[in-house]
Amino acid sequence: MMIITIIYFSNTLMNGEDKSVFMPGPMTDGHHQIGIACESCHENSFDDREQILKTCTNCHGDERKKPFDSHPKRKFTDPRNADRLEKIDALNCISCHVEHQPDITQKTGLTQPVDFCIHCHEDIADERPSHKDMEFNTCASAGCHNYHDNRALYTDFLIKHLDEPDHLKKALLPKREYSSILDEVATYPHAKYPIQSLTIEDSDKPEDITSTDTINQDWLLSGHAKSGANCTSCHMQHNDDTSAATWNNKPDHQACSSCHEPEVKHFKKGKHGMRLKVGLSPMTPAMSLLPMNKDHMDNELTCNTCHPAHKYDLQVAAVDTCLECHNDKHSLAYKNSKHFELWQTEQSGLTKEGSGVSCASCHMPRLNYDVSEWLSRVMVQHNQNATLVPNEKMIRPVCLQCHGLEFSIDSLADKKLIENNFVGTPSLHIQSMDLAKKDLQRELNKNNSDE
Amino acid sequence: MKLSKSLLTLSCASALTLSSNITLASDSVPLKVMADALHIVLDSDRAIYTKKVVGRLVKKDKVIKASEHFIDDKSLPLPAQMFRMGSENVADRISSNPDINFSYSLQSLWPINSQNAPKTKAEKEGLKYIADNPGKNFYQKEKLGGTTYYTAIYPDIGVAPVCVSCHNKHKDSPKTDFKIGEVMGGVVIRIPVDG
Repeated sequence: MMIITIIYFSNTLMNGEDKSVFMPGPMTDGHHQIGIACESCHENSFDDREQILKTCTNCHGDERKKPFDSHPKRKFTDPRNADRLEKIDALNCISCHVEHQPDITQKTGLTQPVDFCIHCHEDIADERPSHKDMEFNTCASAGCHNYHDNRALYTDFLIKHLDEPDHLKKALLPKREYSSILDEVATYPHAKYPIQSLTIEDSDKPEDITSTDTINQDWLLSGHAKSGANCTSCHMQHNDDTSAATWNNKPDHQACSSCHEPEVKHFKKGKHGMRLKVGLSPMTPAMSLLPMNKDHMDNELTCNTCHPAHKYDLQVAAVDTCLECHNDKHSLAYKNSKHFELWQTEQSGLTKEGSGVSCASCHMPRLNYDVSEWLSRVMVQHNQNATLVPNEKMIRPVCLQCHGLEFSIDSLADKKLIENNFVGTPSLHIQSMDLAKKDLQRELNKNNSDE
Repeated sequence: MKLSKSLLTLSCASALTLSSNITLASDSVPLKVMADALHIVLDSDRAIYTKKVVGRLVKKDKVIKASEHFIDDKSLPLPAQMFRMGSENVADRISSNPDINFSYSLQSLWPINSQNAPKTKAEKEGLKYIADNPGKNFYQKEKLGGTTYYTAIYPDIGVAPVCVSCHNKHKDSPKTDFKIGEVMGGVVIRIPVDG
């Protein structure tokens, strides 16, 4: 019996993909998909605390810098903060986000008591008399403060958006511009694939590969053929370290990377693609913790799932593809919403491009992305998690395109309203804007009294 | 002509160095010298930024603003932020270079953000000292988080009109009557020492 146990465990350890039997406790909602691949966080050792911090930044590094983070690591490296680090080690992610301990883990993945702000901000009532009667377990209430991302909530930003109406007069979402930027993108292989419209005679697939009329037709009509992306640009892939590229009938997401690098990179950060980032098989609805459609439980999630490379219909990808799998209350309520109504009128050509709101508009928004220090372009944010928790992260890229700031903050704080997909108006009011107004008044009073 | 000119320069330079015993480099640098040298560079760089960039374009030519949220506002970083971003960059680079170790920051008795008020005993004593004794620096050793530091505090003077006008107008500034040439705070430089 003993021998069988030993054999079982050592086999699982060395060969099994599912090592979950070794896990000391379940993982948070954020990481459960990759929990079975211990090495994605632990690499070679379960003891090395320094190394664990590095693996966090492999995926989360970009968000841990200004302006996306109000408490980046740099804030705490000065020796004068040594005493604060003794209370709470703010240099390490896992001080507040430890895994495998469901008993102390809250919804946002926080594993510290909610009033931890008191360690450094105990005197806040002196600087901000308005906060005198507020408890420290309310700092992170909806619409007030986030430890990391406060881009939509800092006082000067609130003041900039004072007195905005609930619905802005000019309410349009950003347009695509990838094709116009293609000329500037340094990584596009111009030499091999010049930007020019291709015909069937130009197609460069090897002689021994057979195509079909459908494939040819689809490709010729697509933006790919129109911008010079030929058969070999996607189908020739380098496998591992071999220097020679070989034809692959079903290329994976790496093929898309050569031109769509930021999109692929962000896809792998979110819940749709994070398994691909750590080398696991693609995500399927069956593995999800959310309610999913029974008929599509085994659909594998890759780039092609939502927009196949030969014929990509981005309107379908924006709503119908999502609803093929997602079966939760918010998704099921979407088609009753004003947002969907606007989407339908836009699709039928009755209203301007950008006036409709699809699933993708909010959950994979188009934003102005800094590809490098000298180039920014409109990019679809393929990390659907980037705007989810805390949901104030959705305000700037999405809500503010059409709505006022106060209305957006109130709406996102109303859980029932979110559940029924924004049918109706917010039933509560967050005082952030009111406090910002008072602060502005304080500034005006001060300057007036000086004159 | 050119040859004789360079010969002349060369002989002057050697005459100077030989005659006054100026050592241009040595094997070990006293802590005070290192701190003073760092301060001169930090102070000069920020003064140039404040006068030649912020003062000129914001106050004189009025073509751009300088504000705290410079990325969102598409404006210039504030001089204090330029200073701090430098110190954060230094902290990043130093972590991979064990031979060099120091940190620096801006502190004040009248800070706009109360997190920049003096915290340690040395900071409190030092900031008061430089405010009460114009032209003097403050040097002390202190122990923080298990490490002993040589701490040097230098008066941070309002050198340009934009320094005092912005601080005086700011809603969170506890002091609203700064004058040009006055001490507004202190540059704190810390160098870890053994023992």
